[in-house]
Amino acid sequence: MVGGMDTAMDRRAAVVKLLAARDGVLVVTGLGSPSYDVHAAGDTADNYYLWGAMGGAALTGLGLAQAQPDKRVMVITGDGEMLMAFGSMATIAVAAPRNLDIIVLDNQHFGETGMQTSHTGRGIALHKIAEAAGFAETGECRTLAEVDDLVKRLGESATGPRLFVLKIKAENLPRSLPPRDAVFIKNRFRAHLGLGTC
Amino acid sequence: MTVAETISSGDKPRDLAQDWPLELFDVLKAAGIHQMSYVPDAGHSTLIRLFNADPEIKTNVLTTEEEGIAIATGAWLGGQRSVVLMQSSGVGNCINMLSLPVQTRTPLLMLVTMRGEWAEFNPWQVPIGQATEASLKAIGVTVMRAETGEDLVEIVSQAAVMAFDADQQIAVLIGQRLLDKKKW
Repeated sequence: MVGGMDTAMDRRAAVVKLLAARDGVLVVTGLGSPSYDVHAAGDTADNYYLWGAMGGAALTGLGLAQAQPDKRVMVITGDGEMLMAFGSMATIAVAAPRNLDIIVLDNQHFGETGMQTSHTGRGIALHKIAEAAGFAETGECRTLAEVDDLVKRLGESATGPRLFVLKIKAENLPRSLPPRDAVFIKNRFRAHLGLGTC
Repeated sequence: MTVAETISSGDKPRDLAQDWPLELFDVLKAAGIHQMSYVPDAGHSTLIRLFNADPEIKTNVLTTEEEGIAIATGAWLGGQRSVVLMQSSGVGNCINMLSLPVQTRTPLLMLVTMRGEWAEFNPWQVPIGQATEASLKAIGVTVMRAETGEDLVEIVSQAAVMAFDADQQIAVLIGQRLLDKKKW
């Protein structure tokens, strides 16, 4: 296997840890397995699942974070989705929101399409890209114990955007499908924030 | 011209053939816009300057135009109205990302300055300039066109109502013939 992933962690267990401590955090998920992982941890109104628009998760999170500066926003996405949003790391760093965290579930593969090796499996380290762009905090977790430490860190206030890469096993788990009705998900999310629907 | 000078020029009656960016800014503010994102274009330069100088507006400079489509969707999720400014060449970059507001039926207001359609000196602008309207319609965005400053102000004003009150995805194309009247 490219990249030596034998010590990588279980993605669902990692996401459960992140969400168990969410404490009001608004969550945006990238298409594919990250949406399934978040759904598997519990389908709630403050989850906004993407089923498409690859490359749009982090920036949807940015628009949301800017509109809700008193709430924390967490984007949970995959390495392939974030690679398509490469430029967004520059846009988010310049925007400098203090309430936006990006979690990249990095299995180093395009898992939905046949497990082809991605750029992160060929040496690209997304947390280092984010650091170079000017994110306030960045890092990489390789074990669930490190995720426990990350959860504590994310609970503390930030001075700017944060991005953390979680190295996960390259495997396709049984799918846990969020509703595909995009309007329903939008309206449920907005209602959670006390906002009207059309 | 500085922003202060631009705004103070509003003392005299505005000539919308020239001053449409000032009027557009007022219209967008009145429509409740709180976020603006952009890839610059000379035709948008005054509007960008006005937005960037307004402390009530959060602006985002983008690396590519589709980022603005996602930001606008997130802004609406959080209860804010956003406008995205780009040139016609940027529309081509947006197509798949437009499935996000189209599929989620999220309000979207794009202002697109046109190239490749009127006295264009750069042939590389022509292919996407000619495909802009068809591309937007193909992905499900409602397209409106303005050919004069007066029309543009009126169109944007009502487009904001359709976008934000009726959950529509709308692109207003600003004709190159109109832009040509300004000195770049």
